[in-house]
Amino acid sequence: MTGEGFLTKNISGITHTLESVIVAEDLCRAPGLLQRLDPRAKVVTFALFIVTVGLARSFWPLSAIFALILAVTAASRISMGFFLKRIFLFIPIFTLVIAIPALFVTPGSPLVTMASKVIITEQGARTAGLLFLRVTDSMSFGVLLILTTRWTSVLAALRWLRMPSLLVDILGMTYRYIFLLLHSTNSMFLARRSRTLGSFSSNENRRWLTRALGTTMVKSRHLSEDVYLAMLSRGYQGETRVLNDFKMEYRDFLWVAFALVAVSVAIWSNRL
Amino acid sequence: MSTFDTGHVFEAKKLSYDYPGGIAALKKLSFAIGAGELVALVGANGSGKSTLLKLMDGLIFPTGGELLALGQSLSENAFKSGEFRLDFRRRVGLVFQDADVQLFSPTVWDEVTFGPLQLGISKNEVVSRGQEVLQLLGLAHLKERPPYLLSGGEKKKVSLASVLSLHPQVLLLDEPTTGLDPWSQGNLIDFLLQWADKDKCLVFSTQDLDIVEEIASRVIIIGAEHNIVADGKPEDFLSDPDLLLRTNLVHEHSHRHKDLVHRHPHVHEHHHND
Repeated sequence: MTGEGFLTKNISGITHTLESVIVAEDLCRAPGLLQRLDPRAKVVTFALFIVTVGLARSFWPLSAIFALILAVTAASRISMGFFLKRIFLFIPIFTLVIAIPALFVTPGSPLVTMASKVIITEQGARTAGLLFLRVTDSMSFGVLLILTTRWTSVLAALRWLRMPSLLVDILGMTYRYIFLLLHSTNSMFLARRSRTLGSFSSNENRRWLTRALGTTMVKSRHLSEDVYLAMLSRGYQGETRVLNDFKMEYRDFLWVAFALVAVSVAIWSNRL
Repeated sequence: MSTFDTGHVFEAKKLSYDYPGGIAALKKLSFAIGAGELVALVGANGSGKSTLLKLMDGLIFPTGGELLALGQSLSENAFKSGEFRLDFRRRVGLVFQDADVQLFSPTVWDEVTFGPLQLGISKNEVVSRGQEVLQLLGLAHLKERPPYLLSGGEKKKVSLASVLSLHPQVLLLDEPTTGLDPWSQGNLIDFLLQWADKDKCLVFSTQDLDIVEEIASRVIIIGAEHNIVADGKPEDFLSDPDLLLRTNLVHEHSHRHKDLVHRHPHVHEHHHND
């Protein structure tokens, strides 16, 4: 694979992955368990679960929560393969860098000895395992939320939870424009490829990539200035007002109650 | 201020605008636009049409001369008054040339309700206006769609709908037909002709001389020197190939007829008598 091919494939791969994870409109509309819940109920309970996962100190509550995640995924009519692929696509990025050294550097009793000097300690394996499970559970809640809730509803729920309007607007705009800029970057790569023969050295590729990134940054700055003017033109005064048509129903309260019980059991089990 | 009771809708007095760094975008423009007028701002690329529309929408402010809108001089100070800002934004709407700039909300519905909500219109009225413009422009089926997933023509329509929901009296359109297929262009022209009446004002920038002929009651031509080179009725200019050539609105191209090669401006000279 030439350097250029590597770059192009990476950028278009990132675009495709983001699109498939974030723009899951058909899944959001599926008649599953989570899709039917009020977004506020989902955001609040998922946040509670993530905090609980962060506080967990033993394997079993983390494993039980992951089992619950899998059950809820199935009840939400999400293909297990599709879901697991999305989770385990990101987990190595977040965990490997921290977890692998922890296997070797955490002091404790030896579990595995390699080449008579490299030792994986029992405590190291436990730390790495807990970290892996915590990240898996937390990521799963994030992915589940995005797969079963329209992004607009997530933003509206965050507004309802009194998250600062500016922050919610920034999140919304990032979602709106990230694809535009990624597609623009893809087009730059294609335009370059259409005008060149053969391959480039790594140095040339790096120089070109730097220039492309600079151009994209300048474009995004101009775009943001114009978007701001377009907002002002339609009356924006620093705080976005939105229409909210949320309605909590019986099943939402039931889900919140269930989540509270599950979280309480997990916290209680930590004390044992 | 409920109607155009202030005389002119817009009045420019030696209006100039320089970009940061001193590069001139517009030089000493003077004109007055009244209610009921359908004005085409015509000029080659980079002549300053989009900048003029942003000035007319109170998004940027003159660096020289004066621009009055609805009887008030447009300046940063004028927009500090909440009452004027609210009144101006309710009555004047700008549709940007790049639909991706205009469409910043997560869905089409959020887009068409954004303006009225920010201007403090009641929620029931906002919902009613949103539904009305979606029906009017045939966009109801796209209500929940994110702008990212729309085609170019749909984006243009949603951009227009997002401004029409303000119920503006003054509509400013930047290159409205750019990127539209002929069918969509025709639809847009029909819509604008129906929208316009004696109590409204339409100002649009374009390089498309066909749309000028079909919509405009008046043409202001901005030249490469960023000044007004002509201002009057469309028929006076569209039949003046020298002027169009001088302002880069038509090109002189070569034709081969067997062994004879000759050059002439590419301009349509047909006119309707009724």
